Amino acid sequence: MLLEDFFIDSDELVLAALSQAKVAIAGAGGLGSNCAVALARSGTGKLIICDFDRVSAANLNRQYYFREQIGLYKVEALKHTLKRINPFSDYDIHNVKLDKDNLVELFEDVDIIIEAFDEASMKQMLIEMWSEFMGEIPLIVASGIGGFGKNEEIRQRQSGNLFLIGDEISDVHKGYKPLAPRVGVVANMQANLAVELLVKKFYGKGRKV
Amino acid sequence: MKGLFLLNNRPEEWVEGLTVAELLKLKNYTFKMLVIKINGELIKKSEYDKAYIPESADVVILHLMSGG
Repeated sequence: MLLEDFFIDSDELVLAALSQAKVAIAGAGGLGSNCAVALARSGTGKLIICDFDRVSAANLNRQYYFREQIGLYKVEALKHTLKRINPFSDYDIHNVKLDKDNLVELFEDVDIIIEAFDEASMKQMLIEMWSEFMGEIPLIVASGIGGFGKNEEIRQRQSGNLFLIGDEISDVHKGYKPLAPRVGVVANMQANLAVELLVKKFYGKGRKV
Repeated sequence: MKGLFLLNNRPEEWVEGLTVAELLKLKNYTFKMLVIKINGELIKKSEYDKAYIPESADVVILHLMSGG
């Protein structure tokens, strides 16, 4: 497969913009794995993906993994899948639990950070660290992805460089079990916003593909 | 005229010395995880009971839900 064939349906300037971009994805669960696939298909130049977990059977109802990947580290399984889809981008994977000590080092020179954690306390830790050390990089957070239906309640809010997507209601710890469609909607809204911000940043600048 | 501040774009009556922690109690915020910004600046969770809300402040409160 040739690069020209893969991207024949892509807008040349949009592709040129995305190919220069570096996006960090914090977490490779339901949000991170689906978001990564959308960004890889779009031709994002480099994805930095961090997670410490392994693929389990319970993940397959919403996360972008396969039965034969059960037991593998998520970042390794995901990189394999991303390469199978689009071998022309770079995938920099880190099998680590993100904390306040390694976050800044891993994410400091990216164009966008996508928050794809499960626990609200981790989301809050990331937002506080980001605000202190990386506040100039746009941060896309997901909040409220559980349950099903209620498309009209999923929304995007912005406060400066902080974007928040979700319904801000459906906490998975409060009985809203996550399912593929709604998790996928929010993950793809995160990817969609990332593409929008990246095209704005790089359109018409730098190299052509 | 009484002083005001904005909470998620809605005007609220401003009271001198009101902290973020008191505002959360007053407005019945029960969620544990929040993103709170005053005039664009993030207030850390550890600062909620020390951070005062200035008159005419623009306060944004977002909810953080588990799930991902």
